Amino acid sequence: MAAPAVPLLDRRLLFVTGKGGVGKTTVASALGVLAARQGKRTLVCEFDAKGNLADFFGSEPTAFDPIEVHQGLFAMSMDTEESLKEYLRLQIKVPLLAKIGPLARTLDFVANAAPGVKEILTVGKVAWEVKEGHYDLVIADAAASGHVVAQISAPQAIGELVKVGLVREQTGWLSEILDDAATTGTVIVSAPEEMPVSETLELADRIRADTRVDIAAVAVNRVLPELFGRGEEEVFEALAAPGARERLDALVGHPTSPLFDAARLAVTLRRTRAEHLDRLRRELPADIPLLYLPELFTRTHGSRATHQVAEALAAELGLEA
Amino acid sequence: MAKKPAPLPPPATFEQLLSTREIVVTCGSGGVGKTTTAAAAGAMAAVHLGGKVLVLTVDPARRLATALGLEQFGNVETQVPAEAFAAAGVEPRGELWVAMLDMKASWDDLVERYAPDEETREAILANPLYQNITGKFVQSHDYIAMERLYEIHVSGRYDLIIVDTPPTRNAIDFLEAPERMADFFSSRLLRWLTAPARSRILSTASKPFYSMADRILGSQFLQDIADFFLLFQTMYDGFVERARSIERTLADRSTTFIVVSTLDTAPAREAEFFIEALSERELNLGALVLNKVLPPFFVDPDAGATAEQVCRESADLAERVVADGVGGLTDAGQVTRVLREMGESFVNYRVVATREAEEAAVLGERPGLVAAVPYLESDVHDVAGLLELGERLWT
Repeated sequence: MAAPAVPLLDRRLLFVTGKGGVGKTTVASALGVLAARQGKRTLVCEFDAKGNLADFFGSEPTAFDPIEVHQGLFAMSMDTEESLKEYLRLQIKVPLLAKIGPLARTLDFVANAAPGVKEILTVGKVAWEVKEGHYDLVIADAAASGHVVAQISAPQAIGELVKVGLVREQTGWLSEILDDAATTGTVIVSAPEEMPVSETLELADRIRADTRVDIAAVAVNRVLPELFGRGEEEVFEALAAPGARERLDALVGHPTSPLFDAARLAVTLRRTRAEHLDRLRRELPADIPLLYLPELFTRTHGSRATHQVAEALAAELGLEA
Repeated sequence: MAKKPAPLPPPATFEQLLSTREIVVTCGSGGVGKTTTAAAAGAMAAVHLGGKVLVLTVDPARRLATALGLEQFGNVETQVPAEAFAAAGVEPRGELWVAMLDMKASWDDLVERYAPDEETREAILANPLYQNITGKFVQSHDYIAMERLYEIHVSGRYDLIIVDTPPTRNAIDFLEAPERMADFFSSRLLRWLTAPARSRILSTASKPFYSMADRILGSQFLQDIADFFLLFQTMYDGFVERARSIERTLADRSTTFIVVSTLDTAPAREAEFFIEALSERELNLGALVLNKVLPPFFVDPDAGATAEQVCRESADLAERVVADGVGGLTDAGQVTRVLREMGESFVNYRVVATREAEEAAVLGERPGLVAAVPYLESDVHDVAGLLELGERLWT
């Protein structure tokens, strides 16, 4: 029986995270493509300024000002200095616009050193877009496992360290958006390998222990299909048996041993990954939905891969692609 | 200053590399098998070359610790017990030691060492921002890794130190960490920030900054930050001097770098970039290790043609298999499916293997020593597994 559909795209703000190299940006971009296709005005925001979000849409390079990469789908890259400038402009209506430059750089430096400030400029920007209703859905390609907890719990951290001031005043509405499960959720991207599974389990624990943000789903990337169906492995072994394989070689007219070696490798890989997947399924809290995304044999990133993952996500979420 | 000697030509074998260098730094993106590669190299050196070998890691898989016969290991260097090797059927000629970077303990050590007096030391350690900040600012993981490496190297306790670098988005970050730390301490911004504590008279340049920062962050928080940095600045000389020494050690001929990667696009790009960065800085690139590489038969044109043929003619072949009684098989439909699945799976993997071969060719242009490690049956979780991996590097 199919799992019940996850109302993932009905939220307003999604933080996509996971161990580096598992396909975090692919999943964030694919969610964006899918949401836009559902008619939602969608923003994908890459938190890592050195990232390559543009590659995933095949678009021109992204910057702090969003660009429309598909109809209804916008993409931007975080820049805390820009975020701070925007904040100063909007919140305290700084009259000396010319002076903001060096000032912002200095504050950016403070932000680098002081805990929570950079995070709040990052998370604050995407939450602001949600608050103002500029988009139906904002998807953040957030920091990898280690750092995301600091990002999504920034309002709490700031609340503890900063007792007065404008930054402190911002933490109230921010927490309201982040802590509401109907509005905000995290998506942890994983892969069926030992380290990514361990990291996913640890991260799920930490998000639940140290933040009030909901875990919307775990998306497992690079799941391999079962090579052989029921009873077919026996047929494979019969063909591989000494004597049989040579006769098959004669029928084909060429040596078939590479095909047998390849099939064995495929079966082994699938089996190893299945074990890790089982562990994830077993140890992850049962109320967190799992989404399975297949290994793509053709491309690992680029616009085509993003769209293929979007198809797979649509199927997992029970949506019309 | 004496002219820095040119980088050494890369060693011809891993045996040569591990015999002749004193520091080996493994680097690459996260998830490519860096820690395992470092541990495998360490195990091989301890078994075959003897001496005292230390593997300094950041974040070991817990199973790796267990595999080494250790409950866990931390900031303190711990010897891998002989039993762990005995279980793998080997008697090492030397000793294998492991240690993990504990950020908090390492920072505390640094403060102990560089604080000018006890009062300052206690004040730093007690500052509410201290822990928060040390964990976050200027890539402190990278700096700590380099700092510990230097400290251990100078101590003369080991013949060979293998360092597994922290997973960073940008692998060159740790190369620049010492310099960045020095820059940080000497920066004008830091002086600005600590100015009010030194003097009540603000310069006209910093005035707008303070009034603005006050409104945004609140003066108490700003004061906390300023206090902290002021205390920290007392350690300036120690840090800067040390950062310079670390840079010299990394550039020395006795230090070599092993770049670890898989042939996935993203890690391969990162490795390429890193190889470039090493070369620009005239640092010694010792070897390139490629993990999880698909076997070469996938790119053999004859095998590929056979796979396509089997896909195309699966029904026909299956009928003949059944007619000839090959393997005692009777269900032609099932044989058709199996043959087609075998052929299609081969063709799928061929696409990946072709892309990988291209990446390998690009990456392999510069390093003299390249080791390709195939997909292993399972994750490495004992000394035998490490040595099996090590053998593949060795030969």
